Amino acid sequence: MGRKLLLEHIDVPGIETFDVYRNHGGYKSVEKALKTMSPQEVVEEVQKSALKGRGGAGFPTGMKWSFLAKPEGVPRYLVCNADESEPGTFKDRYLMEKLPHLLIEGMITSSYALGANTSYIYIRGEYYFILEILEKAIDEAYAKGFLGKNILGSGYDLDLYVAPGGGAYICGEETALLESLEGKRGNPRMKPPFPAIKGLYGCPTVVNNVESIAAVVPIINIGADEYLKIGTEKSSGTKLISACGNLARPGVYEIELGLSVEEFIYGDDWCRGIANGKKIKALIPGGSSVPILPAHLITKTATGETRYMSYESLSDGGFASGSMLGSGGFIAFDEDQCIVRNTWNFARFYSHESCGQCSPCREGTAWMEKVLRRIENGEGNMRDIDLLADINKKIEGNTICPLGDAAAWPVAAAIRHFREEFEWHVTHPQDALKGNYGLLSMPSITL
Amino acid sequence: MISTQELQAKRPPFSTEKLEEVQGVIKQFPEGRQKSAILRVLHIAEEEFGGWLSPETMDYVASLLNIQPIEVYEVATFYTMFNLEPTGKFVFEVCRTGPCMLVGSDDIIEYIKNKLGISKIGETSADGMFTLKTAECLGACGYGPMLQCGKKYHEYLTPEKVDALMDEYRSKYSTENN
Amino acid sequence: MVKVTIDDIEIEVEEGTTIMNAARMIGGDVVPPAMCYYSSLPGTGGKCRTCLVEIAAGSTKDPRPMPKLMVSCSTQVQDGMIVKNRTSEKVIENRGAVVEFLLINHPLDCPVCDQAGECDLQDLGFSHGKAGTRYEEERRTFDPIDIGENIKLHMNRCILCYRCVHVANQLTDQRVHGALHRGDHTEISTYIEKAVDNDFSGNMIDVCPVGALTDRTSRFKSRVWFLNPMNASCECTKCSGKAVVWMFGKQMYRVTTRQDKYGEVEVVDGKPEWICNECRFDKKDLSKWTIEGPRHIDRHSVISQGHYEKPNPLKNATKNIE
Repeated sequence: MGRKLLLEHIDVPGIETFDVYRNHGGYKSVEKALKTMSPQEVVEEVQKSALKGRGGAGFPTGMKWSFLAKPEGVPRYLVCNADESEPGTFKDRYLMEKLPHLLIEGMITSSYALGANTSYIYIRGEYYFILEILEKAIDEAYAKGFLGKNILGSGYDLDLYVAPGGGAYICGEETALLESLEGKRGNPRMKPPFPAIKGLYGCPTVVNNVESIAAVVPIINIGADEYLKIGTEKSSGTKLISACGNLARPGVYEIELGLSVEEFIYGDDWCRGIANGKKIKALIPGGSSVPILPAHLITKTATGETRYMSYESLSDGGFASGSMLGSGGFIAFDEDQCIVRNTWNFARFYSHESCGQCSPCREGTAWMEKVLRRIENGEGNMRDIDLLADINKKIEGNTICPLGDAAAWPVAAAIRHFREEFEWHVTHPQDALKGNYGLLSMPSITL
Repeated sequence: MISTQELQAKRPPFSTEKLEEVQGVIKQFPEGRQKSAILRVLHIAEEEFGGWLSPETMDYVASLLNIQPIEVYEVATFYTMFNLEPTGKFVFEVCRTGPCMLVGSDDIIEYIKNKLGISKIGETSADGMFTLKTAECLGACGYGPMLQCGKKYHEYLTPEKVDALMDEYRSKYSTENN
Repeated sequence: MVKVTIDDIEIEVEEGTTIMNAARMIGGDVVPPAMCYYSSLPGTGGKCRTCLVEIAAGSTKDPRPMPKLMVSCSTQVQDGMIVKNRTSEKVIENRGAVVEFLLINHPLDCPVCDQAGECDLQDLGFSHGKAGTRYEEERRTFDPIDIGENIKLHMNRCILCYRCVHVANQLTDQRVHGALHRGDHTEISTYIEKAVDNDFSGNMIDVCPVGALTDRTSRFKSRVWFLNPMNASCECTKCSGKAVVWMFGKQMYRVTTRQDKYGEVEVVDGKPEWICNECRFDKKDLSKWTIEGPRHIDRHSVISQGHYEKPNPLKNATKNIE
């Protein structure tokens, strides 16, 4: 099953309460950090652990922390990004719902490292029920002296608050999140300046994903050296994977990075294969924004090597034949699923979630959605397929924030790997309308 | 055109308890940054004032936060959770994004539509009880199809579960209003 | 001071200068087009993406090229930076794409639009656009509305540059219009029907790069290229009283701010010379103005093609004597 660093005690009854959590080793990292380590030592430990941001981009957390500006007399903020909205991703929710104190513990240790005296957890508005769970847990932590003034007699003060969003995927982008936390529309900011220099209220700010902050707890507890032994050389530690789509046993799993994709999909400890005994047609391994992989590139790379659940192996082959670990939103497609319909569905998602600030994203995502809808409805023509490929090239890299890329990549990858299925929709409009998804049109894919 | 005076006359007040809650939210942010409280206060206001944000409600929120009404309109229209028009007593927001679609959300949406006797998403059943909406990914991908009603998630939906859910909400409503 | 090269022309500028402003110091074709950036309105820029440029070398310290095109209006120059604007095929191609994006939902109603002839989108379409369209879908539409007595808002034409929102922020602390909704449904609006009745609201019309905001007191009166722009001034207690009056014979059809060659209101002593609504909408009478002379307009092909300014031999003669 591999080692569990985050979810070890998830099944313990009452683990959402302070006392039970504490009895199972909870808040030890706070004690260790505040009593035996300087803030800088905590930062260095996290840097040494090579923890990569678990929100999707995979940027090294410790490096992000080291960029934080520390001007005199200006407050610094740590903001937890709990705006989990990437389709296929539901791990942060699972963690916060079941282990609220793990996140709070991570927030305290991390805030101490960064010298923040006020920290926020920005949670998507739809998770209001989790906001209530977190606030209850925060109240407990205050009562037990782990939050507030002079924590554990260390002289360190921290206030922690939870702020809800209002329904906007884009607020998962860190500068849009900060805008939203300031009470504005979630329009991403132009960078530079980066939040580490000018973030919340113009002050130096670190924005980290829920899982990244939670991972700080085991890193401090067991030490970076021990943490580095878990996972692969380039992907240290464990990762929460949100398994969904047509899997026999969907859910959130904590894996040691480096587990083989085949083992994860078919293993008895994990997803147990495709639901209803069907075959796998495609896989999106890291949330809807990353490229889709056709059946033959899922368990093996283009060069025939075993594909592993790690940053480096999932991206092996680049965009031509690889994908990305992303947020760990692991979406499996069975043999009856229509790639065109799914591509259209995601295009609609991105168009719906575009903030509308910059023209390539605002206009381009909406345009792609319309063209894809036509193709799916049997009203497309061959030049539409090339048009789509061209539109997404014109969006990619030209927008203020990565939403443009996130919208473009899935379309590009779907056309790259499943072009015949798109063409089939054009040449068989009646069948496409009836919802026959055209598996027969794909001789190149061996299932 | 509605004058400011008229708006103020119509504006609904929060109860003392709710006002204290709002003050508490404002205090979470540094002085002068009370605008940061806007999303939470809008959530509270929507719940308090009939499940939607009328212009009067939004103007009231603006006055509480000491900002211009347009700043509230800009925000309220940006975020999809806020209802800008009156809805039924209960709003069913069914997730329709990829992972849910793969496990049958389209069929569930169709089922609810027929069950409520409505022709389009966004409409309310004739008895004013249920409004059907769709939502983009609600973070329940492994437990789909699913819908959100108020703060609650309802997962692993089947037609039978939808039937039971509607009965549950109907009886909840009649208990609360009798 | 830092050295930057734009389209093979080297210039020394102060640290912190944006690529756009460095290019404007060089002038001519080197200047990237801007649809949303407006130098006297802090906070504008970065949105339309028409001013994208290629950075062939980041700086002397780090001469690597930047992987993505950058917006010149918000990217600061670094010492030794090499920028390619019109000399970059990638820029030309992607700028063409931005023009296409801006036009797919545009009504292309230039024949009935007052902005025609002095429209930045028209100019941009002419310089970077294509004759045909690949867009077969239905266009997004909104109904035109009056925001205030004298201003018409045609949301269909809007490119969402947000300049009108920023100008309102600069001129009043009680802004009543803003950007509502999101994505391709974003619109500029007051939400509930409300008049924008600030004394300086008319300046929104001048900062609008397209025909989304037009002056109701001069709508449909004449095409701009038939009008003679004159620098004029008047005694005004609210504003500087320095404006451009647009004449048709002896009739005054409209009054605007004085704008520089980038279409931005002239800045005198560090202050933009916005004009008040009274000067703009209510003083359409020659007797209320002192005419200073013809106004040179060189930025819009159509108006400048009118050759309104005739050579003045006397003026040149005086110059020679001096």
